[in-house]
Amino acid sequence: MAHDEVSGPHSAASDSSAVETSRGASTGTAVIGSDVVNPGEPPHRKRVTDLDPKKNKHAERTVYTLFYLSIAGSIFAVASYMAFPIEDGDPAALRLNTLFIGVGIALALFGIGLGAVHWGKALMADKEGIDLRHPVAGSAETQARAIEIFDEADRESGFGRRTLIRNSLIGAIIAFPLPGLVLFRGLGPQDQDPVELLSHTMWKKGSRLTLDPSGTPVKAADVTIGSVFHIIPEGLNEREDRLEQKAKAAVLLMRLNPADLNISPGRESWSYDGIVAYSKICTHVGCPVALYEQQTHHLLCPCHQSTFDVVNECEVIFGPAKRPLPQLPIEVDSEGYLVAQSDFHEPVGPSFWERP
Amino acid sequence: MTSTIDRTDAPAGSADATPVVRKSGGFTAAAANYLEERTSISGVVKEFGRKIFPDHWSFLLGEVALYSFVVIILSGTFLTFFFQASMVETHYDGSFVPLKGVEMSAAMDSALHISFDVRGGLLVRQIHHWAALLFIAAIGLHMLRVFFTGAFRKPRELNWVIGFTLFVLAMAEGFTGYSLPDDLLSGNGLRIIDGLIKGIPFIGTWTSFLLFGGEFPGTQIVGRFYTLHILLLPAILVAALALHLVFVVVHKHTQFAGAGRTEQNVIGYPILPVYAAKAGGFFFLVFGVIALMASFFTINPIWNYGPYDPSPVSAGTQPDWYIGFADGALRLIPPGWEFVWLNHTWSFNIIVPVLALVGLLVLVAIYPFVEGWVTGDKREHHILDRPRNAPTRTAIGAAGVTFYAGLWAAASSDLMATHFQLSIEGVIHTIQAWVVLGPFIAYFVTKRVCIALMKKDREIVLHGYESGRIVRLPGGEYIEVHEQVDEYERWKLVDYEVYEPIMLRPNAQGKITGGMRFRARMSRWFFEDRIAPASKAELESGHHGHGEIEGGSNH
Repeated sequence: MAHDEVSGPHSAASDSSAVETSRGASTGTAVIGSDVVNPGEPPHRKRVTDLDPKKNKHAERTVYTLFYLSIAGSIFAVASYMAFPIEDGDPAALRLNTLFIGVGIALALFGIGLGAVHWGKALMADKEGIDLRHPVAGSAETQARAIEIFDEADRESGFGRRTLIRNSLIGAIIAFPLPGLVLFRGLGPQDQDPVELLSHTMWKKGSRLTLDPSGTPVKAADVTIGSVFHIIPEGLNEREDRLEQKAKAAVLLMRLNPADLNISPGRESWSYDGIVAYSKICTHVGCPVALYEQQTHHLLCPCHQSTFDVVNECEVIFGPAKRPLPQLPIEVDSEGYLVAQSDFHEPVGPSFWERP
Repeated sequence: MTSTIDRTDAPAGSADATPVVRKSGGFTAAAANYLEERTSISGVVKEFGRKIFPDHWSFLLGEVALYSFVVIILSGTFLTFFFQASMVETHYDGSFVPLKGVEMSAAMDSALHISFDVRGGLLVRQIHHWAALLFIAAIGLHMLRVFFTGAFRKPRELNWVIGFTLFVLAMAEGFTGYSLPDDLLSGNGLRIIDGLIKGIPFIGTWTSFLLFGGEFPGTQIVGRFYTLHILLLPAILVAALALHLVFVVVHKHTQFAGAGRTEQNVIGYPILPVYAAKAGGFFFLVFGVIALMASFFTINPIWNYGPYDPSPVSAGTQPDWYIGFADGALRLIPPGWEFVWLNHTWSFNIIVPVLALVGLLVLVAIYPFVEGWVTGDKREHHILDRPRNAPTRTAIGAAGVTFYAGLWAAASSDLMATHFQLSIEGVIHTIQAWVVLGPFIAYFVTKRVCIALMKKDREIVLHGYESGRIVRLPGGEYIEVHEQVDEYERWKLVDYEVYEPIMLRPNAQGKITGGMRFRARMSRWFFEDRIAPASKAELESGHHGHGEIEGGSNH
């Protein structure tokens, strides 16, 4: 800054150190600022505790009182630990346990903290010191010696001269972590292909649509117009990989007035009398699209607010998602239960690179 | 310590006068001697015992970060004794009645056990979580302080990068820790991460597959995050933190401009005793505040969320605050940013926000080098800038903060819509406009305000401040007396320097390269507008002009 480089006003001592600090380092495009003289440290002002013995005594009392309070806080916390059991499972007891132990600990901490800070500010010698700075870089001799050491080491080892040895060593050092990296392939199972797994769900022809989470099958007659059901495939709850399957197979079932539905060619038979089933997994990043607005027939993802229009085959009308929610083709079996006609016709959930 | 030695020396009758440690029978002296002869510790005391630290409230932000990290380690260690990092299915059988019999992972079960069946367990869990939130907030504010005061300039550029690494590590620690209880909220967070990773071209699908050990959610992720959370990340964090502090010692702390302060000195209180008392006491204060927060305010009530299940989700889901900017970035992408090309899916609704976030972080990390390149200034800087005295830098910072704030606000877009009865589309569109336009507005406003403040400083230096005393001159004219600031205050206002834009001149080969042109343009952008500090000559003539009416002033 200005006062390093400007000569004149500064004392001789600071001038010489300015040269040393900057070592002729470039100032870049800096223009020397003000030539106003640094007035030096302002006169020391004594604190009230330095001037008035009564205030000094008072500060001393405050400090040790705070430390004693801290001890009281610690004891209080230990006592609260014993006095407020939580074993009977009463939420109110848990609240008291947390509160009183916490307040005791906080008191213990504040006592020490405030006491120490007050001691430091009011009673300890109010004497500022000055440290001189030195350039971060070592002295010229040190630097020269460091270079010399590297030179000597290079000569003695032949590191720079024996290039064949050096380069082969560099090659070996680059190669040796590779097996370690390969080992991490084991993070995922060897016998599975993620693309294959992502392309299919549990749904197959004849799987009954059952309620989430109970697994009770749903009859078409139970689904009244305007209602919505959270659906899982029959048998999901018994599966070992229940959550993995559910993360793909969760479905929302809604019944609309059939006249309201705009059905594209080829999908005429995918719904049953206004009952439609769509994947519940958002095509953005996979949150469950759990909010259904009955009046507008919109499905809303609570994570990033992608909005899907059930009337138009769940096309995206707002939010970051691009693809419509995949539709699950459904029909009714001989007993009147809703069943899947097949799996989804495309991968469900978030997009992935290999998705065609 | 000394007093003990003195007392044992007392029989010699000269205890008060001689602080020299003589061989004595005192336990403290003996212990000190024992240590000294085996460790040479006196050298450390000599080197650091009286080391000077300058005072300023903003220097405490880094301390808050450090101390909350200590609290995190203490509370986290306690939690590890009870937490089970396993996704094995179990049926809850603890004290919390509403979840009795519910199927959940051992991780969730043990997190509930800590909350409901270990006395003080909930308190420690909440201390851990609050401390983590405070840790990242303090790092963020500390970084802003360092940025806006130019403390990152030579020789501290590398320490800025280390600090930046700490910031990223802290966020990673936060996210991995927050995911451990395997509750519904954190599970949805993981689901979002999974979807995000899958959207990355080329490597996404397999990265997700390897991270989760198969299909999402799998049975591995909690255990793996646990290893990251309590071993790998903390180890790197502690190492980087130690390095960060070593550099603080090597460089010595920066100080604000002030009377007597120069680039060659540092003025403040010595470590022993004042700084140790104040900084040590401050640790207890930070810990105390965290303890109070944990006692009174519930954080992350996993028992309300229930165990993770891919199908349900609660409305108004939000990540912890520091992940908000990433979540918000995802929300702001307009519909339709995804294409199939070359038989592959290009999810620009993922790629763009990820690039925006990475870009923002990279800009933060490299800023010191950019500014150093533009100024060409190779000197060491130990006196901090007042933010106003570096208008372009301050304006860039304000633009960055505005951008971040927009992304962050977007993470609460649904809550804003429901609380203020707005449409979600309206909120998102407003924030989209904010994120695009806001930084420019913030930039221009901040820069103008900085320059106006510099002008005001100059005005105060040259003509003093308004004293509020109205005087009637003999001619009938009324005038307000301006008082001169004293020389110590004045020094604070003039102790800065300005940079000039580069003059574009051909290099040794007589050429002007593209790089030179670019640097010149950057330099013009940075330093076109500047207000030079008042010079001595200006000061004298300025005073003179007001000499008569300033009669009573103290200049």
